[in-house]
Amino acid sequence: MLFFSFFKSLVGKQVIVEFKNDFMLTGTLHSVDQYLNMKVTDITVHNPEKYPYMISVKNAFIRGSVIRYVHLPVDSVDTQLLQDATRKEILQNRQQKKTEAQV
Amino acid sequence: MSQNNGEEGSGDLSTNIEEPIDFVRLSLNEHVMIKMRQDRHICGILQSFDQHLNLIISDVVETINTSEIDPDSAEEIIHTTTREIPLLYVRGDSVVLVSKPNRNPN
Repeated sequence: MLFFSFFKSLVGKQVIVEFKNDFMLTGTLHSVDQYLNMKVTDITVHNPEKYPYMISVKNAFIRGSVIRYVHLPVDSVDTQLLQDATRKEILQNRQQKKTEAQV
Repeated sequence: MSQNNGEEGSGDLSTNIEEPIDFVRLSLNEHVMIKMRQDRHICGILQSFDQHLNLIISDVVETINTSEIDPDSAEEIIHTTTREIPLLYVRGDSVVLVSKPNRNPN
């Protein structure tokens, strides 16, 4: 749930999504779900000569599993908060595993 | 069996290592080297991760190694490309390993 919450906090920001097939696009993050599928609006393709069929596409739904990277805007992220949230999440997962093992 | 035995480890929140993912936790806010699929690797400062090994890394240097065979000489040429990205989310299914970086003494 950590990364789901993280991306929810980035809705409205401009991101670059890099796909596993090396396709890259820039767009505004519109929404995200638990699988980290994303909807981006107002997209621009980085290599339009290579992907001409994307010329008229304005918005996209991206399946989370095809994403390799998301380039994030530096100023919209509080790194200290992120690290603290990560530590909490790992400990929560560990305790959850313990209670599940006891059942 | 809901009894806690005496050595319940969850009380110690700091550096109690119980499973492999706890080694990654030790590297938070430190430089890490991530080996990825397709002959890529990444160096940067680990900001966040989860059990899938989704990562957020800052001050990233990504290196891609490609190998080409020259058609004439039939030699194998190795190309290396690097990119710098200030803040990056990496999806966990591309990650092969997480390690400390090889500090070059030069």
